[in-house]
Amino acid sequence: MNVIYAARRILTMNPARPEATHVAVRDGRIVGAGSLKELAGWGKHELDERFADKVLMPGLVEGHSHAMEGTFWRYAYVGYFDRMDPSGKVWPGAKSIDEVIARLREAAAGLADPATPLSAWSLDPIYFGERRVSREDLDRAGRERAIGVLHASGHILNVNTKALELAGLLRKGVSHPGIPLGADGLPTGELKGPDPMMMASAHVGFDREVLAADELGLRYFGKLCVRKGVTTAADLANLLPDDAVAMMLRVASEDSYPARIVSLLRLQLLSGQALVDRALALRAKSTDRLRLGIVKLVADGSIQGFSARLRFPGYYNGSPNGLWYIPPETLREAYRLALAHGVQVHTHTNGDEATELVLDCVEEALRAHPWPDHRFTFQHCQLADAAQFRRMKALGMCVNLFPNHHYYWGDQHYAMTVGPERAERMNPCATALAAGVPFAIHSDAPVTPLGPLFTAWCAINRRTASGRVLGEAEKIDVATALRTITLGAAYTLKLDGEVGSIECGKRADFAVLEDDPLQIGPERLKDVRVWGTVQGARIFPANGA
Amino acid sequence: MSRGIPVTVIGGYLGAGKTTLVNHLLRESRGRRLAVLVNDFGALPIDADLIEGREGDTLAIAGGCVCCSFGSDLVAALRQIAGRDPAPDHLLIEASGVALPAAVAAAATLVPGFANDGIVVLADAETVRGRAADRYLGDTIERQLRDAGLILLTKPDLVDTSERAATRGCLEQFAPVLDAERGDVPLDVLLGPGSGRSRHAFAGPTEHPDYETALFENLPGVDVERLALALTDPALGILRAKGILHERSGAARVLQVVGRRSEVTDASSGAAGRLVCIGLRGTLRREDIGSLIA
Repeated sequence: MNVIYAARRILTMNPARPEATHVAVRDGRIVGAGSLKELAGWGKHELDERFADKVLMPGLVEGHSHAMEGTFWRYAYVGYFDRMDPSGKVWPGAKSIDEVIARLREAAAGLADPATPLSAWSLDPIYFGERRVSREDLDRAGRERAIGVLHASGHILNVNTKALELAGLLRKGVSHPGIPLGADGLPTGELKGPDPMMMASAHVGFDREVLAADELGLRYFGKLCVRKGVTTAADLANLLPDDAVAMMLRVASEDSYPARIVSLLRLQLLSGQALVDRALALRAKSTDRLRLGIVKLVADGSIQGFSARLRFPGYYNGSPNGLWYIPPETLREAYRLALAHGVQVHTHTNGDEATELVLDCVEEALRAHPWPDHRFTFQHCQLADAAQFRRMKALGMCVNLFPNHHYYWGDQHYAMTVGPERAERMNPCATALAAGVPFAIHSDAPVTPLGPLFTAWCAINRRTASGRVLGEAEKIDVATALRTITLGAAYTLKLDGEVGSIECGKRADFAVLEDDPLQIGPERLKDVRVWGTVQGARIFPANGA
Repeated sequence: MSRGIPVTVIGGYLGAGKTTLVNHLLRESRGRRLAVLVNDFGALPIDADLIEGREGDTLAIAGGCVCCSFGSDLVAALRQIAGRDPAPDHLLIEASGVALPAAVAAAATLVPGFANDGIVVLADAETVRGRAADRYLGDTIERQLRDAGLILLTKPDLVDTSERAATRGCLEQFAPVLDAERGDVPLDVLLGPGSGRSRHAFAGPTEHPDYETALFENLPGVDVERLALALTDPALGILRAKGILHERSGAARVLQVVGRRSEVTDASSGAAGRLVCIGLRGTLRREDIGSLIA
């Protein structure tokens, strides 16, 4: 029997029928959207009015996040901005080093065993002026216990003296560009980049295995999705070993698991045919709520870490160019084989030189192995210029831009990394739209918080944390942004035929909202209250998550 | 001396011959227990006839050598190598084609139990100049070459004499350049003078016809730092030097030279007063070196 939900307003994203008052659902799918009278024509139904005062949208689609955001919530949050945890509690931002220490002390008080390390995340000392966080700072929260605090970027780990001792780094003569030394010749406690971080990470509770495949984290991530109206989320880069896949399949198949996870396979020690074979084998294991088979490649590093590859004239502060994370030949071969075998590839680029290289490699591979609907997608792609978007269009590529970056680091991009002109055209949604490149926008959670409505607000307003508007000309309107966080992201995942709009035949996935995103005004879109979600016709109130 | 297991980083772009060199070194290890870490995408690139067994990611190689792959976790791989019993005599790290070798070396020496033993960068005689001019790769190739203590010019037989000379001319601004056809360079040059099971002793003269060794013994106390710098003078023809020497104060120190780079560290034990230098036959200036020490 059909269930017909009445709503205050239904924003369908179906241009033929953009609004409706009712939606009929059966067997996890949408029978139709329209008026009660129209839907009653489908036969016997039960009218459900629980959403009569709510606004329904298609379930939001996060095109680039990491299920690891759920994992991080088992650690203490010390970020500068307020942030909601999976239980719905909003942790106020820590606005000074003293507040960070106070938060760490509080968390330490909850640990019975003095040998248990204390782990915290999302530190962003960029907001504390020139002063760096030191091991002495963290020692104030505990000298006997190892303490590690991961930065918001994920690329720096601050540790206390005990953690340095355990890592074998509390000695003179340490010589590494990622390990600054104090006046005493000993490391200050800041560990930058993967190798220095890896020296201490296991000692401060950032265990590699836990971060790679964490059942509790996946469950927490599902709760966060409900709170943010998300019914489909891409987990963008997972090594996907067999045991992790088995765990994810089991958890996602539970009746109570509220989201569809699209987990991308990251290249590591796999190349060429082996990578493609693995992707195809994973694809065959896909279920409705765990989609596998897309490959993720990483071409360069990050802009704020100065490891992104930039074209002329390079970094604004004169830093040397960044690093290639994969040799061009390896990229080219991966694209060739993926096109030949019908495996979709998403590629991380940040700098415009990395984007140019990927365009060249994809163009060459396409000449050998045309695949009209490949939808190879750029991830981040923050510095692409208009000519590059035109090439993307010509090659049939998609892009997933990162507007949250403007808000959190736009001021630093303006002043330090890429300078004013390029900072204003970073993540240029309007250019993507004008060029006709299918695009999505993303949070890269846990780098920034999961929340497509906030991401949409960032793309609409292009405001930085200090209030500066970065790139008036690249703003998009609310309707476009809402389409982008639903159908736009679904398209990049090849799921636009299943999700992303409320129309007959699609999955019964809804974001259930207290406020109307088309009424609240572009300035306040981020304040839209989320009641919860409907996923595959299953109802998930946020307050029950 | 217990500086730790010496680590040599082998850098260079894809196709430069890193894998060929590693296989050559494993084949010619002659009693040295080598451990090799590789970080290129794909299967372990070791010649099948050298492999004696496999456990997980680790291959057992003839002569007590081992080879493992590391993904993004070099530190874990190093800790695993450090924990092996018996400990290897020398660790080779094959850097990925786009890695900066000095960054790999810096990471390797973070882990207790390892000591930097220089960087060897391979350059493919056929392609290195083209790659250095490539719009995407040029700066990466140049940064790799800048990190080198020694540069091995691989596949020199595939280019004609004038092209080889031109390429050598370009490379010599970065470091001493050696021809290495199919990886054929003596172990002592690449890995430093040392012998088999005991890192405490020095090998005898190298047996390769293209190279010679100068050995100095019973040396008096010197300013070791100053000597180390002096030995990097290209005019002396030193490719590799290693010694345990007394400071004038009597303290024992380890001196190492790889091409134009030198390093001096404290020696914890061992008979001091010895220095061994290796260079190309006919270019090693034995007397000039001797006069620096005496």
